Amino acid sequence: MAISILVLAEQLRGGISDITYEMLGAGRAIAQALGVPLEAVLLGSGASQLASSLGAADKVFVADNPGLDLAAPEAVAEVVKTLIDKTGAGIVLVGCTNVSLGIGSILAARSQMPLVNFCRAIKVDGGALICTSQLFGGKILSDVKLADGRGIIGVYPGAFPLEQGRSPRTPPTEAIDVPVQPSKVRFKQYIKPETGDVDITKQNVLVAVGRGIQTQDNVQLAEELAQALGGAVCASRPVIDQGWLPLTRQVGKSGMTVKPRVYLAFGISGAPEHWEGMQNSQCIIAVNTDPKAPIFDGAHYGAVTDAVELLPVLTEKVKMRKG
Amino acid sequence: MNIFVVLKMVPDTVEELNVSQDGKSLDSEFLRFKLNDPDEHALEQALILKEKCGGKVTVIALDAPEVDDVLYTALAKGADRAVKIPVSQACLGTKATAKVLSDFFSSGREAVTLDTLVLAGSYAIDDLEGELAPMLAVHLGLPYLGVVSNVAASGPGLVVQKEFAGGLRGEFEVELPAVLGIQSAEKPPRYVPVAKVRAVMKSAKIEELEIPSPTDAVCLDVQRTYKPEAGGRAEIFEGSPEEIADKIVDALAKSGVI
Ligand SMILES: Cc1cc2nc3c(=O)[nH]c(=O)nc-3n(C[C@H](O)[C@H](O)[C@H](O)COP(=O)(O)OP(=O)(O)OC[C@H]3O[C@@H](n4cnc5c(N)ncnc54)[C@H](O)[C@@H]3O)c2cc1C
Repeated sequence: MAISILVLAEQLRGGISDITYEMLGAGRAIAQALGVPLEAVLLGSGASQLASSLGAADKVFVADNPGLDLAAPEAVAEVVKTLIDKTGAGIVLVGCTNVSLGIGSILAARSQMPLVNFCRAIKVDGGALICTSQLFGGKILSDVKLADGRGIIGVYPGAFPLEQGRSPRTPPTEAIDVPVQPSKVRFKQYIKPETGDVDITKQNVLVAVGRGIQTQDNVQLAEELAQALGGAVCASRPVIDQGWLPLTRQVGKSGMTVKPRVYLAFGISGAPEHWEGMQNSQCIIAVNTDPKAPIFDGAHYGAVTDAVELLPVLTEKVKMRKG
Repeated sequence: MNIFVVLKMVPDTVEELNVSQDGKSLDSEFLRFKLNDPDEHALEQALILKEKCGGKVTVIALDAPEVDDVLYTALAKGADRAVKIPVSQACLGTKATAKVLSDFFSSGREAVTLDTLVLAGSYAIDDLEGELAPMLAVHLGLPYLGVVSNVAASGPGLVVQKEFAGGLRGEFEVELPAVLGIQSAEKPPRYVPVAKVRAVMKSAKIEELEIPSPTDAVCLDVQRTYKPEAGGRAEIFEGSPEEIADKIVDALAKSGVI
């Protein structure tokens, strides 16, 4: 049984990341059902001050140590492990974000606790937990039972409502003194994205292309539609990785978060990492040859057809309508 | 540098995925396998490093359908050695896979040297139990950094970039030997003509190294595996491309963007 639940809070550049509140909300629900306290741990410079915004936790452990700023995953795992040993926390929530990915795996390999990765839902069933994981790019879900209610849970960003993890109350904090070993992985500096020709976060209309666009030449078809609409072209990761568009045009987990009035997605499957970056668009229109593509589950409008064939037709029609 | 690249086959999600009779796993009958995307980037990054600062690239994979093609392709791209471990990847969880790979490094035939760099994809689409690279790092007692998108040699160590969000990256120094989880290589993976792969199949050999199968294949109790229910399904426009385009234009007009 879990004696307590521990959330590994996440900060980046002096601010608490959204995933922290999402995990606190999820953690609070489990804590209530199991009748155990919800605790959080926050590491790095400024942790004592930032901890005041984690009022959803019953208690926050802080290690306000610059040596832990963007520390190597094993150093973070070490601190968390020390805390687990001290508090008897049976359930540990870690974000599946770029910042925290890897920490859960190291913790699982180091401790005897199992890890359930990419979790989107958690249900308490007696003393057990049923975690629902999203796999294969969002195409498959698996329900995993942690029979004794112990384990590390990798929490998917955006899966739990953020509001439930926010609280106006100031939580009690406890400073923890952890010796930080000199690490073989050392943070040096931030590298900001080169400011691109267009800022896709400021567009009314975005024409997004994914792997289904097939060739670099076809990206031009999307460019023409974007021009007709007075918007810009953006893309999913594979298109950027191919070098067909610059990094500043990437939407999703590692890319930009966009909220245009209309997001047109051509040949994008709707993987969770992409969805994360565009889910708050006011209107999502998806074009995909696969009627079962996950993007259709969240889009407002869709069409099951060849994007490459549709694009020029659509551009002409838009030009006609605009006159 | 002595570079090892761990390659893992995963089901190709372009194909329809079906759940097997037991309701817990994927039906393997119709699965097609491909190399895990980030692993392909790990290989590319390894080849770029070798071109820039010399060294040797060894690719390692567990047995899986189509894996020989992937290993020969890696050789055709410029890897020096390809090793297949005849333990079936199917049904092995991340923990067990990490164990097999760490046994590979302690087999006596291979060893972690001071200039060893182990690269693997940052994650795989079936990483239910965790990611392979950090677990392998723990077994090998090596430092680890994941979601890496650029690796350069610098003095005796490395300077690497890790992705955060919004295009923001962090630069890190990493001492060797180390394990890195690669998210994307600094350049798109190179293309190699099929004819060259065929030629390599005739001239080169895939080495095999026996490692005992792990006793615990998986450590999680999967109760049910299923396809997500369609949430608020999109309103689907039907018809010819012209008809569909008309309906999209109507939707654009309704949103006030034209
Ligand atoms: C740590 C991490 C960070 C990531 N960051 C990001 C990120 O920032 N942004 C991002 O996008 N992804 C990101 N990913 C990758 C993500 O998991 C997916 O792999 C990616 O979003 C898939 O892109 P896609 O939809 O273009 O390709 P696929 O998933 O391959 O989908 C292609 C789609 O095109 C359709 N199609 C094929 N041909 C046609 C045609 N002729 N016409 C119409 N449709 C067609 C197919 O049916 C399919 O649905 C990240 C992953 C991880 C783990």
